[in-house]
Amino acid sequence: MSALLDGFFEECGELLESVFEGLSALEADGGDQEAVNAVFRAVHSIKGGAGAFGLEALVAFSHVLENALDAFRSGAAQIGSKEVQLLYEAGDHLSDLVERAARGQVSGGEMPDLHRALEGICGAVDQEEDAGLDFQPLTLDILPLEPEPAAGFDIVFRPHATLFENGHEPALMLRELGELGAIDVVADLSALPTLDAGLAKTPVLGWQIGLESDCHRAQIAEVFEFAEGLCDLEIIARDAEGLKVEDPVTQSDIDRPEVVERAPARETIRVDLARVDRLINIVGELVISEAMLRQAMTEIPVAKYGPIEAAMGQFRQLSGQLQESVLAIRAQPVKGLFQRMSRIVREAAREAGKEARLVTHGSATEVDRTVVERLVDPLTHMIRNAVDHGLEDSDRRQASGKASTGTVTLSAVHRSGRVVIELQDDGGGIDRERVRQIAIDKGLVGESDELSDAEIDNLLFRPGFSTRSEVSNLSGRGVGMDVVKSEIQALGGRVSIHSEFGVGTTVTISLPLTLAVMEGMVVETAGEILVVPTTALRETFKASNAPLHALGAGGHVLNRRDGLVPVFDLGSALGFRTAPGEYGDHSLLLVETEAGRRVAFAVDRIRDQREVVIKGLQQNYQEIPGVAAATILGDGRIALIVDADQLAEPAVRGGAELYGGAGYVQ
Amino acid sequence: MSSNAVAKGEHQLEIVSFSIGSQAFCLEISHVLEIRGWTPTTVLPHAPDYVKGLMNLRGTVLPVVDLSLRLGLGVTEPSARHVVIIVFTNGQTVGLLVEAVSDILTVSPEEMMAAPDVSGGELAGCIRGVFARDDELMRAIDLKTTLPFLATGEAG
Repeated sequence: MSALLDGFFEECGELLESVFEGLSALEADGGDQEAVNAVFRAVHSIKGGAGAFGLEALVAFSHVLENALDAFRSGAAQIGSKEVQLLYEAGDHLSDLVERAARGQVSGGEMPDLHRALEGICGAVDQEEDAGLDFQPLTLDILPLEPEPAAGFDIVFRPHATLFENGHEPALMLRELGELGAIDVVADLSALPTLDAGLAKTPVLGWQIGLESDCHRAQIAEVFEFAEGLCDLEIIARDAEGLKVEDPVTQSDIDRPEVVERAPARETIRVDLARVDRLINIVGELVISEAMLRQAMTEIPVAKYGPIEAAMGQFRQLSGQLQESVLAIRAQPVKGLFQRMSRIVREAAREAGKEARLVTHGSATEVDRTVVERLVDPLTHMIRNAVDHGLEDSDRRQASGKASTGTVTLSAVHRSGRVVIELQDDGGGIDRERVRQIAIDKGLVGESDELSDAEIDNLLFRPGFSTRSEVSNLSGRGVGMDVVKSEIQALGGRVSIHSEFGVGTTVTISLPLTLAVMEGMVVETAGEILVVPTTALRETFKASNAPLHALGAGGHVLNRRDGLVPVFDLGSALGFRTAPGEYGDHSLLLVETEAGRRVAFAVDRIRDQREVVIKGLQQNYQEIPGVAAATILGDGRIALIVDADQLAEPAVRGGAELYGGAGYVQ
Repeated sequence: MSSNAVAKGEHQLEIVSFSIGSQAFCLEISHVLEIRGWTPTTVLPHAPDYVKGLMNLRGTVLPVVDLSLRLGLGVTEPSARHVVIIVFTNGQTVGLLVEAVSDILTVSPEEMMAAPDVSGGELAGCIRGVFARDDELMRAIDLKTTLPFLATGEAG
């Protein structure tokens, strides 16, 4: 039973997705019948399932919602923007009820006002019907009225192979047509091959059918309903004299728009996540043992271009592909996440007394499931910020010549192995003077500091920065964008902000597609092997060729065209050794942080660049400042993956010395 | 321990005993996943001195603790003869570096005596109690206090 119930809730998730999908279609076009139908069907399915499991609150509410939708569907009530908002609210409430039911709370959480508002829609209809005034007969969409009934039809019917593969029988269809009137069927044998041409693999028969009937075209179409897309069908109405009364409408003409709109349903199976993760782990191990094998092979003489080397190459390729495919299983479209955000926008706008809508792009973009899950909190926060701080209220918007409803745009796109999520608002933009003043007041920057626009914008990510003086219900709890930033960074992502005063603000998040592997530069320093993520890496060079200048006691800077870059010894930043006074044979890695800060790390030697499997340290140990994770090298040794962004922050490097790394100098 | 309710012999504990220096210690066997020979670890930055580093246990990365140093009994200079006891507690896997494992014994919980606070220092906080066996005292390690980075996520 509980397995069935779990299945129901999972299904509810999908159904709710289609509810909101339909609602956003309705928002764009209130007259979209198909959208109303889709929402109706989804709500109906939820009601049905809920009834089977005795989830009464859910049944009661979905029943009312269904009735309201039915009123819209029949055309008895009109959908305006007010109604769409009401439906959105109803959809939100329906999600809440599903969530409550999933937690085992069968009753409670009712919203009587919403209930009444929905009942009002059907109620209005009932009254109209009772009054019987101005009652217009409604046309049903399955039988659209013909301008004038035709005297008969000429039908050309040519089945495809798929029609037979699906078990349809043309004879039965012809017989059904015969029930509509007198028919005259002529088999079209023109495509019939001669006997010596062998057996035909594709159907060669077609029929020309003359039908004497005053029936509607839709009735004929109904006969061929199940053959849709499985045959060539042409229905031509003619008058008593046998003249065409209209242009032929062919099946393919009718079908085309639908084919474009609906993606073919993909077949899926539900798999326990733990099984997928186990598979991913095993494949990760396989990739590591492949690397170990390859390393071991370098120590024995193998004929160059020989069979062993060829087999190894193939093995490597296959294990790489295997890993990619397995990781793809965990990928998930961001659609669900984006839909959750549209609710956040509505709620935030309501609470802030503003008008706002969410527009989404690229919701089919796929990202690792964990990334999707862990994006919920930061995105929620960012959206609340955008509505609360970013958008102006309607009056101010109108005064500055903008539409009274603010638009928050959320988009996702794959870009060079990462997924980029952009949150854009068309609000007032960042008031840099004010941000700067607040930062000065809070002691984040000095009074006389020269700050570029980008630097001022990035002040928003500093801990403890909140521009709102009053604590609002929505944001401004002082745990603003710095929390967003650290959460994004924990996912291996980067976040940046760009704003134009009066035009709007864009926050860009760039994330790895998966949390399982990453591209890194393997380096050696202080006898340890470390991995520097290539995402932060800009350039590498030998210290001996670089324009290095000593600055102060033991300090160095790199003189580059575009400015001076501080140089730090990676080994000592991590507390492995004390910094060498001179950089002779060292290699330098130029990294750039999210905030645009550039730092060069000195290491003893660069080994190579490769893809590494990420092994988190939090599970068995704890977070380490300056270390993002660990990985296992080809020889089975563990290497630490450094967090270049953190190490570039003076606070963390200072921390390294405070921690007393001296105990670790080997 | 509500000893009276449990009849002797009915509820037995199996323990793994090992020695550090001249003292004998023990762990409940249910916490022990396996025992492996020492292999060099990867040094962890900013770690307390008793955390030797990270080891690779068939693809799982786990920290190894020098138990002797943690208990205030001096630094272990590990060699191939030393062993690492892999323990699993609270969903976390950790390796404990010790000299050697001595025995597996069966005791009953009511045999455990509270350790009188004589030693002070690091050791006192890391011991749950002691079992007396053949004139020897078996000090029962309290994993929670011994490994402060467990669960809480904050190390000393």
